[in-house]
Amino acid sequence: MLFLRGAERLPVFFEYILENMKQLLTAIAFFGLFQLGAQELPSTMLKTLDGQSINIQDAISDEGPTVISFWATWCKPCIKELTAFMDYAIDLEEEVGAKVLAVSIDDSRNSARVAPMVQGQGWEYTVLLDENQDLKRNLGIVNVPFTLVLNKEGEVVWKHSGYSPGDEEELAEVVEEVAAGHHPSH
Amino acid sequence: MKRLLLFAWAICSATASFAQEQNTFGGQLHGNFQLDGQLYLRDESIDPTGEFYPDERFLGQGYANFVYTDGNFSSGLRYENYQNVMLGFPEGYRGEGITYRYLQFKQDGLDITVGNFYEQFGTGMVFRSYEERGLGYDNAMDGVRIKVNPVSGLSLKAVMGRQRFYFEKSPGLLRGIDAEYNLSKELFPKLDSAGLRWTIGGSYMSKYQRANDPFLVLPENVAAGGVRTQVSKGPWSMQVEYAYKANDPSADNGYIYKDGNGILANVSYSKNGLGIIAGVKRIDNMSFRTDRNGSTIDMLVNYLSPTAQVHTYALPALYQYATQINGEEGIQLEANYKFKRNTTLGGKYGTLLSVNYSVVQSIDKDYVDPALDTLRTLQGYYSDPMMRGDIPYFHDFNVTLSKKINKKLKVNAMYLNLFYNRSVLEDGLGDESILLNPDGQKLMSGDILILESLYKVKRKHYLRTEFQHLSTKDDRGSMAMALAEYSIAPHWFFSVQDIYNYGNPDEAQRLHYPLASVVYTAGTSRFQLSYGRQQRGIFCVGGVCRVVPPSNGVSFSLTTSF
Repeated sequence: MLFLRGAERLPVFFEYILENMKQLLTAIAFFGLFQLGAQELPSTMLKTLDGQSINIQDAISDEGPTVISFWATWCKPCIKELTAFMDYAIDLEEEVGAKVLAVSIDDSRNSARVAPMVQGQGWEYTVLLDENQDLKRNLGIVNVPFTLVLNKEGEVVWKHSGYSPGDEEELAEVVEEVAAGHHPSH
Repeated sequence: MKRLLLFAWAICSATASFAQEQNTFGGQLHGNFQLDGQLYLRDESIDPTGEFYPDERFLGQGYANFVYTDGNFSSGLRYENYQNVMLGFPEGYRGEGITYRYLQFKQDGLDITVGNFYEQFGTGMVFRSYEERGLGYDNAMDGVRIKVNPVSGLSLKAVMGRQRFYFEKSPGLLRGIDAEYNLSKELFPKLDSAGLRWTIGGSYMSKYQRANDPFLVLPENVAAGGVRTQVSKGPWSMQVEYAYKANDPSADNGYIYKDGNGILANVSYSKNGLGIIAGVKRIDNMSFRTDRNGSTIDMLVNYLSPTAQVHTYALPALYQYATQINGEEGIQLEANYKFKRNTTLGGKYGTLLSVNYSVVQSIDKDYVDPALDTLRTLQGYYSDPMMRGDIPYFHDFNVTLSKKINKKLKVNAMYLNLFYNRSVLEDGLGDESILLNPDGQKLMSGDILILESLYKVKRKHYLRTEFQHLSTKDDRGSMAMALAEYSIAPHWFFSVQDIYNYGNPDEAQRLHYPLASVVYTAGTSRFQLSYGRQQRGIFCVGGVCRVVPPSNGVSFSLTTSF
């Protein structure tokens, strides 16, 4: 009964959507205009777990696909994704020479918690810190988890935001396709 | 300035679209877009008087960010729009406009940014400018930033500007410098051969705000400084940061002339499936804003991170800790261990065990009676760092076990014991008024049990369930929650949940809080539609929290990035 009360309000909601549809479509068309074909990573400095600076462009692999997974110690879906993908990462590394970079966007207080968490979870990824979130901003990422796949030329060929169980299967397929020199079909 | 930047940005964007066809510039444009809206429905059970029911019925807000980078050049802007700001967000966000734009270039070893930027010194105890859009937190700087690395291992930063205050700027100015030195292998080969990595740093920040008070001689310039170090060797790592702030009478501290200080230290060990971190923190009068009359999350210059775990499960998240900037002390211990495969406790796939303990309390305060303060020192109180404070603020002890049972099933179990001082954390009462009437404190303690399972139905089809139970006699009483999510990778996600507040001391408030959502994801775009009832709560990101009123309605959210 409670929810029925609001039913009469629904038309207002749709009206609003319709009114704003035009603006929304313009915005989407605007995005489309700028959609560039092959993107490379913007030059951005990150830190390794022992405090050394490294440019993301030097951290990616030029021999096989690179997976970059943005995460944070406080982000549960991120931890689920990295844990679930670990099973696939071992095989992908052996079979197609894939490299996985787990880029933490934790601020510098929480970044002290990154190394203990990585060990405690038993992850074997290369972990980098994006403490001021410069790379996250340069890549236009809204929220973590966010995953990118690069081919061996260093071009971004696949992106995905969010994580639901099963996404790791999709990601593994994409990495295999990219390793085989195809453009991912999804 | 604003127009000039906009113009420059327009040229850059034009170049970007030009580059797409000509491919001569090789620049890149990235960005994102988010739009949220909610149609609020009148629900007399959760809101009998209609106090939280918005006049607009529908509230929506959104933003888009654009960042263009081309070699050593980068520029960006953000457009924000609030029609009107959604319930629970700061009311200052009303209207629309370009709230963030910058140009950045690197030349001769200099890295220069003009316009808006986000920056932090060390862990942020002296200065941190950052954004948390989901929370409505944004204290972006508007000014100039210069970064330079004069010699290998040394990095210097200088910033100057004003902070964002919703659609305006802070009344005060900020000027600051920071230096960090990574003791390099070249100059210190002995350190390197011993496997030691050592970084030291220091920062200084000064704010200026004009003062014109008929009764008090207020300092117009207030300085703060900090020193820090990080040492690591093999699996061991240690970080210490100390910060000091000169006298800064403010609305936060009741216009007292006491200095402020803070210390934060961590030691961690990580090796072979074991990760342990232990931290201590003490903060004394460290509120630092570019407006001495500021409150809540407005115009904070520094960031005092919470030493408590951030929970994402719904019931523990109802009682989330937030740092008390006027003073607190606490410790945090966290251990993660992975029992190896094929051991007794590890089983076939290994088992993860995680234990977390954090406790926070007030600092010792010996109040100065204003009547006896004949010299008018206006110190407010004296604090002995070796003494413990009397008011408990918060504690959280929790144990989590995660285990993969077989190919199809994974389970997570969590036990959590919680203590939460509502007078301090919800009502924001100061220590002095609590000590005058300790029996009037609103305290909450409880136990939470959570059981989560993930079942693989078939390839790319997963069912996730959660059962949570909070048992307590305090506040809203006991609650039970059930949740089921079905996901079909990579596009669809369905979720239903219900929280039943069966133990509410007020029988009329023994309500159900059902919520159903559908999410569609395509690559980097995500659309979410939800319908249901949400209870009053505290929403926190990174230790900064805001109170969210109860609501009922249909909400949607669209995010995309490119």
